[in-house]
Amino acid sequence: MSPARTLQICLLFGSSSLLSFGGGNAVIPQIQLRAVHTYGWITAEQFSQAFAIAQAAPGPSTLLVSAIGYQAGGIPGALLATAAMILPAWVLVYFAARFWLGAKRSRWRIAIEEGLAPIAIGLILASAIVIARSTDHGPMQYVLTVIATLVFCAVKLNPLWVMGACGLTGWALAM
Amino acid sequence: MSEAATPGPGGVGGSGHPGLWELARTFNTISLASFGGGLSAWSREIVVMRRGWMTETEFLSAMTICRLLPGANQVNVAIFVGARMHGPGGAAAAVAGLIAIPFVIIVALCAFATRYQHVGAVQHVLAGLTPAAVALTLSMVWQTGRKTLRSMVPFALCVATTLAAAVLRVPLWATMLVLGPVGVFWSYRQPAPAHPGASG
Repeated sequence: MSPARTLQICLLFGSSSLLSFGGGNAVIPQIQLRAVHTYGWITAEQFSQAFAIAQAAPGPSTLLVSAIGYQAGGIPGALLATAAMILPAWVLVYFAARFWLGAKRSRWRIAIEEGLAPIAIGLILASAIVIARSTDHGPMQYVLTVIATLVFCAVKLNPLWVMGACGLTGWALAM
Repeated sequence: MSEAATPGPGGVGGSGHPGLWELARTFNTISLASFGGGLSAWSREIVVMRRGWMTETEFLSAMTICRLLPGANQVNVAIFVGARMHGPGGAAAAVAGLIAIPFVIIVALCAFATRYQHVGAVQHVLAGLTPAAVALTLSMVWQTGRKTLRSMVPFALCVATTLAAAVLRVPLWATMLVLGPVGVFWSYRQPAPAHPGASG
């Protein structure tokens, strides 16, 4: 990896890390623009494939940047891109957590925790809706979603069994 | 399934602090379970329900703070929980556990992407996994909502947030700026011990 490319990786992902308000997906348009069009590390098609793989693979989907770093500079590029994407936000969140947890359990802190809970639930529901919409849900997938939701709510069992069953159903029905 | 014990009332933090290895291992479990998505639902399932490291309210407030800060939400949650349990080392261990194996999987898969892209079976399995991930997220809404949305104001706040974020696509900061103070003010006006898990 040339020094110039090392610097480009650090700057692109480091700045994206601090700008990713509202989650990692917020900066994907910017990363796509730079990685595909400005620096030419990766084609637009490869970028979309990397996006799909990062979504489907276990773990946070922000690890898309590992795949892009890999295309830009092999394994060192992948490690550098991941570190650049995580470290700046890490420092910020760590100190925010320290501050929040260190604050006394005052009436205000309880009010903030309980007052924000309904909003958090609304955001989780919204993410389910956005995911369902963005992944090309057909009628079969909606039916499967409803069935799986009922199973998750009604039965206390390891969710991995339901995930496995849904994956098999997808394969059997070739949705 | 055998370890699916719910935390006792007021038992938060009472189980002692998990070590660094325990934190890394737990977040590795969360991470690997989220094959196909649903990472935040898995985080809650394991951190709140199985380990009892945090109460429901504590976890939800941590999630909201993590959403407001820059960075990937689930990485932020790992940092928050790790810091809560074991300081800076804990935050680092939780993130390392969360990303180590997925990093290897994603880089390996992308390196061989051309080999996999036309395999129909892979696409069909993934098409089945997405509904499961959505369903897990919806069941999380049901389980937490049942306990938290017990009167009109929190329920209305939840509906308004969902509409703003999923339908109107209002930026998160604007949603928080308007609805956040409403929720906090409402909660502040409630009679004192509003939540049994809040003491301790």
